[in-house]
Amino acid sequence: MLSRTADHLYWMARYTERAENLARMLDVNCRMTLLRQEEDVTRKRWASTLATVGQIDAYLAARDTITQDAAIEWIAFETTNPGSIEHCLDRARENAHAVRGTLTSETWETLNATWLELKRYKRVAARRQNTGDFFEWVKFRSHLARGVIQGTMLHDEALEFTLLGTYLERADNTARILDARFELLMADAAAPDAAVDYYEWSALLRSVSAFEVYRKVYRDLITPRRVAELLIFHDAMPRSLRHCTNRVHQTLVRVANARSGETTRRSGEIQAALQYGRIDEVLELGVREYLANFLSRTSDLGARIAHDFLVSEATV
Amino acid sequence: MVKDSAFDEMHTASGAVRPHYQPYAEWLADTPADSIIEKRNEADTLFRRAGITFAVYGDETGTERLIPFDIVPRIIPALEWDQLQQGLRQRVTALNAFLHDVYHDQEILRAGRIPAEQVLCNVQYRPEMQGIDLPMDVYAHIAGIDLVRAGQGEYYVLEDNLRVPSGVSYMLEDRKAMMRLFPELFARYSVSPVEHYPDLLLETLRSVAPAGVRDPVVVLLTPGAHNSAYFEHAFLAQQMGIELVEGQDLFVDDEIVYMRTTQGPRRVDVIYRRVDDDFLDPLAFRPDSMLGVPGLLTAYRAGRVVISNAIGTGIADDKSTYPYVPEMVRFYLGEEPILQNVPTWILRREEDLAHVLANLSELVVKEVHGAGGYGMLIGPLATQAEIEAFRLRILADPSRYIAQPTLALSACPTFVEAGLAPRHVDLRPFVLSGRDVTMVPGGLTRVALREGSLVVNSSQGGGTKDTWVLERAAC
Repeated sequence: MLSRTADHLYWMARYTERAENLARMLDVNCRMTLLRQEEDVTRKRWASTLATVGQIDAYLAARDTITQDAAIEWIAFETTNPGSIEHCLDRARENAHAVRGTLTSETWETLNATWLELKRYKRVAARRQNTGDFFEWVKFRSHLARGVIQGTMLHDEALEFTLLGTYLERADNTARILDARFELLMADAAAPDAAVDYYEWSALLRSVSAFEVYRKVYRDLITPRRVAELLIFHDAMPRSLRHCTNRVHQTLVRVANARSGETTRRSGEIQAALQYGRIDEVLELGVREYLANFLSRTSDLGARIAHDFLVSEATV
Repeated sequence: MVKDSAFDEMHTASGAVRPHYQPYAEWLADTPADSIIEKRNEADTLFRRAGITFAVYGDETGTERLIPFDIVPRIIPALEWDQLQQGLRQRVTALNAFLHDVYHDQEILRAGRIPAEQVLCNVQYRPEMQGIDLPMDVYAHIAGIDLVRAGQGEYYVLEDNLRVPSGVSYMLEDRKAMMRLFPELFARYSVSPVEHYPDLLLETLRSVAPAGVRDPVVVLLTPGAHNSAYFEHAFLAQQMGIELVEGQDLFVDDEIVYMRTTQGPRRVDVIYRRVDDDFLDPLAFRPDSMLGVPGLLTAYRAGRVVISNAIGTGIADDKSTYPYVPEMVRFYLGEEPILQNVPTWILRREEDLAHVLANLSELVVKEVHGAGGYGMLIGPLATQAEIEAFRLRILADPSRYIAQPTLALSACPTFVEAGLAPRHVDLRPFVLSGRDVTMVPGGLTRVALREGSLVVNSSQGGGTKDTWVLERAAC
């Protein structure tokens, strides 16, 4: 298929997935604020979230203070913020529009309908009273898009590049969500409060739809170590780093071309490290350091995929 | 301002319903008004959800908008269409013969049937094409011929569109919508199908591939998602199962055109382009074009790739050439034209110029290179000041203009705010030329939605209707 088409499909999937994970992050934060409403804690939490999604500097350049309403507004709808949920859904739709001929009409209509409805959400300003509904909506539109894609599109290269975008983005996002929680854990270590701690970790699990999964897998207390293990190493957990990198690697093997050898090797390396790694080593090294290293390797992979498949040079 | 005498597609002068609209009139009488309003809203939702939109240039706020779709079909009896089809085939055959001749021996010019300087000095004439042989000698593989009805209902050709005619996707989507909204109407009528148009188009494009290519790779070249007709480009590429490419997706190496794919370069044999000549190749035409492919013209001239429509077809659909098309039919085919031209004054001729200047308030004056309803004067609808301003423009360079009588275009019942009312329509059938000349029955009916307006162009607020050519047995 055309490199440019693959590029649009890949980014369509990445932006859809990113919007979903942003909504998940915002949702969990809102829930947590209901438990601990001290201004100081709330501010710290939102600062951490803004940092997780790489928007803290831009936010502080535009706003004086960090409040929940302002942070939500910023991440969800701020027009000058290129990382907002609205912007992600705009871009997902824009990329789909550019290749609508490659998509099934159901796929295009789903993304287009999401976009049309998003504009309505923004207009009616129902978001302040009912942010939870909005986050839920974003999540389900993403579920719907993924379902329509997998349920209607021909299982050919077009689908491969869509999956590649979805899983690479998800691996990145899960690592960031986990990292943000560990950052707060370190900062909060002085005042451990068992009850609050429980809610914090269960909220994290819920934000990646892993709360019931955790119960099923461990049948035990929620501990940071097990949460990290689940989200990093558990293969059957669809949002874990291992699961995502497996899918990325398998896809790269299937779409391999004459010059993608090194990219496949690197994705294999990341995948092998997750397949044979153990949580003890991660804790020894430090979770945050481990995740920083993982993020830099997935970002390298993203650049290599772009180079090998998506913007190929004029070579015969 | 439009004369009341406009031919009514549905009713006779005495107000009776014409036979081919009879079943429709009965259905309408049986159907409650609110059910029809409901269907209109449903049609709107259908088109919006599918994103069947049209971008308007120079409109920053709403870059995409729907082309209004009217639910009353425009119905054409079988015998009437047979006549049109013959005329269209004849006209397009002559136009292709003219293009081949102009870019080879120029016999029609030497015979003095068309003034030579008018062709050779026209900016639409492309010297690059001189002496190039094309497969099947076909230049305009896709022609959109605009027909109007005037007087007592006789058809006239208003314009031949031989460059990158658009609108066929609306023809197909309109039919799809009508079948979904009003299946019961299709039980009352036997309507000729149009859905196979993409197949015919692909077959035509494959039939004109470079000699020796057995399984030609066809692509559709679009200027990109911001082009007003992008919906149509994507739609047609998808329907034909071919790649939708932009200039940046193609490159030329050693006179061969390739597209960039995830598996490396792939050779391209036929390019169905929806990009104007000027933007096709920055090395040959406009150097600032980002839409084209450097080196494309060289590959084309070497016969390694076919471009459809050919470069330089604009010389045949230019408004200054239009008055001579009936002469082409006689010259190349030795036949009398079946389809009539609208009587046209050519302002480079002194006697025509004098007549037109004396009657500006009654005539339509068109710029010869203009398109899309831009750059024209509709005398009866213009103010005195507009007429005087236009007079000065004509006097500055009369050869840039032609003039025609203001035709009372036929009107077809259309749903407007106040209910059902007659609105003026035209018809654009799409004629395909490859190994054979083919077309699907009907075409795109455009309707001027404003009362009395004669301008049907979608860029000027026109809408569309489904066009039903009836099967012979039904008449």
